[in-house]
Amino acid sequence: MEILVCVKRVPDPAENEITVEGGDIGRDDLVYAVNEWDNYAVEEALQIVEREGGSVTVVTVGGAEADETLRREMAMGAEKGLLLSDPAFEGADGLGVARVLAAAVRKGAYDLVLTGAMADDGAAQVGGMLAALLDWPFASLVNRIEGTGPLRIGREIEGGAQEVSDIDLPCVLSIQTGINEPRYVGIRGIRKVASAEIPVLDAAALGADPGAPKVRRLAYFVPEAGPGAELLEGGTRDVAARLAGILKAKGGIK
Amino acid sequence: MSQVFVLVPGAADAAPELLAAALALFPGSTPTALVAGHGPALDAAAQAAAATFKEVWAFGGAALAHPNAELLRPLLAKALPAGASVVLAHDTLGMDLGPGLSVKLGAAYLPDVVGVEAAGGASLTVLRQEFGGQAHARVACDASGGVVATARSGAFRPGEGQGPGTVLDRSGDAAGLQARRRFVELVQAEAGDVDITKEDVLVSVGRGIGDKENLPLAEELAEAMGAVISCSRPIVDAKWLDKARQVGTSGQTVKPKVYLALGISGSFQHLGGIKGGPFLVAVNKNPKAPIFQVADVGVVADLLELLPELTEAVKKAK
Ligand SMILES: Cc1cc2nc3c(=O)[nH]c(=O)nc-3n(C[C@H](O)[C@H](O)[C@H](O)COP(=O)(O)OP(=O)(O)OC[C@H]3O[C@@H](n4cnc5c(N)ncnc54)[C@H](O)[C@@H]3O)c2cc1C
Ligand SMILES: Nc1ncnc2c1ncn2[C@@H]1O[C@H](COP(=O)(O)O)[C@@H](O)[C@H]1O
Repeated sequence: MEILVCVKRVPDPAENEITVEGGDIGRDDLVYAVNEWDNYAVEEALQIVEREGGSVTVVTVGGAEADETLRREMAMGAEKGLLLSDPAFEGADGLGVARVLAAAVRKGAYDLVLTGAMADDGAAQVGGMLAALLDWPFASLVNRIEGTGPLRIGREIEGGAQEVSDIDLPCVLSIQTGINEPRYVGIRGIRKVASAEIPVLDAAALGADPGAPKVRRLAYFVPEAGPGAELLEGGTRDVAARLAGILKAKGGIK
Repeated sequence: MSQVFVLVPGAADAAPELLAAALALFPGSTPTALVAGHGPALDAAAQAAAATFKEVWAFGGAALAHPNAELLRPLLAKALPAGASVVLAHDTLGMDLGPGLSVKLGAAYLPDVVGVEAAGGASLTVLRQEFGGQAHARVACDASGGVVATARSGAFRPGEGQGPGTVLDRSGDAAGLQARRRFVELVQAEAGDVDITKEDVLVSVGRGIGDKENLPLAEELAEAMGAVISCSRPIVDAKWLDKARQVGTSGQTVKPKVYLALGISGSFQHLGGIKGGPFLVAVNKNPKAPIFQVADVGVVADLLELLPELTEAVKKAK
């Protein structure tokens, strides 16, 4: 099975405390990583190919710095990488990103396209838009994939219940965390793919036009804080003692 | 203005809230409710929606017994008038349907809207959250060709309804629907060795615990308190704890009296599983973590330092 996995470079939630100043987030010391959901998507693609044969290609829409994102996923085992990069893609909205990805899908011969369920801006939109542009069937929040086509898939819905369906190929699936345990990538793995060639495709090469964005983020802002929590301050032992007292008073200690 | 529709899911409890979201996004509109299904379940859903909406379009048919997004998307793309706007809940159906529907309708897509800043013109400005609630954003869209928006649960306060309304049978539009994704079955989440939904006191662990090896620090505290351990999703994804212990929209809905959130940032998917207004205590090393906005008492601290001390203090306080 030929599988394309869409990945995005995002600020690493484990390494950054996001700050907002002057309408933007503080970008100076941001540490980047691959979107958490995308690692599960790449792992799932690798497992399908280990089972059924074929190959995994990872693709991203981004600037030159997104090269490292692709290499990290190639170190997991993805055979090929594709960087879709053009000044015309900057400022694209979700639909624009999906249009660029759709152009890359049409240039290949993929049976299956995987995305993450959601990325840093919490939109959860690119996978569904991509499927609609390609006119391929789609399922979101997939936490189980079996078979060879039609695929037997599970979607994780409210309360953790699973909606099981059969879906025809080719299709687009957005992957939910927990579907597998993404393999570890060490320094050695990264080194092995350091010199792998990653084609860079621009708008002309793709024949892609993200179009004028319909949706625009005007600014980040700090909302008027509500009363918020009463913060306990002081030395650790002192805070612990006061907190224990509060917990007891509220019936938290049995 | 474009005609406004609201997809009302099978359980219509959300209808008043979705109407409120639609009226905030499209002030002065009279939204039409959309319901899909089959047989008596559809009739019940249509009647329930008609309590809140002035008009209800009911799409029926055996093919819609399990109305998944792959059925609803082509159906709505065909049935809705040009330039229509659609409001959905930001739930697992909304996420499945919304993005593709916006493409098929040629409408702008606004996911997970939590507020509205400016509406009524060709441009619509809404409020969203990014980075798991760590950053708030104003987002504008070109509303001239219609808008598909998903509304976060709990973000819009239900107001007065527009019902009782009339139900229009639009099943004709659903004829000949062919899905390339076919429903097989619904598998309920497995029950675990504990039922956290019945517990009064929960000690809940998040990604901030750092490592599986640190879990005993929280378990010892829970034991001292006579409480039960629950957790956020990443802890289950990492297989450190059972799915039955996960609190949130895709886990359990709990109703404790006291909830202690340890290294949990406070995403809406997590908070969505905490009901009944418990006394909420948060421990987090980031003073800006969203959880502090909803907690009653907070401690800005490293869990690894605070937990052993807190366990000792609890033992003494008993
Ligand atoms: C469809 C869908 C459904 C979902 N359902 C759920 C659900 O049911 N339940 C759920 O929980 N999530 C759910 N999620 C995931 C959710 O979006 C968040 O990713 C998740 O809740 C984050 O968990 P967390 O707070 O433990 O981790 P993070 O957001 O990574 O937060 C970790 C926190 O720990 C703090 N921290 C780090 N180190 C320390 C330390 N040493 N001491 C103290 N604090 C520290 C950090 O400051 C941070 O605030 C769902 C997501 C999707 C897309
Ligand atoms: N710039 C991008 N390049 C490649 N894939 C992307 C990009 N942005 C989003 N995606 C994919 O779409 C998924 C959902 O992201 P979003 O719709 O932005 O929440 C991500 O997990 C990626 O798989």
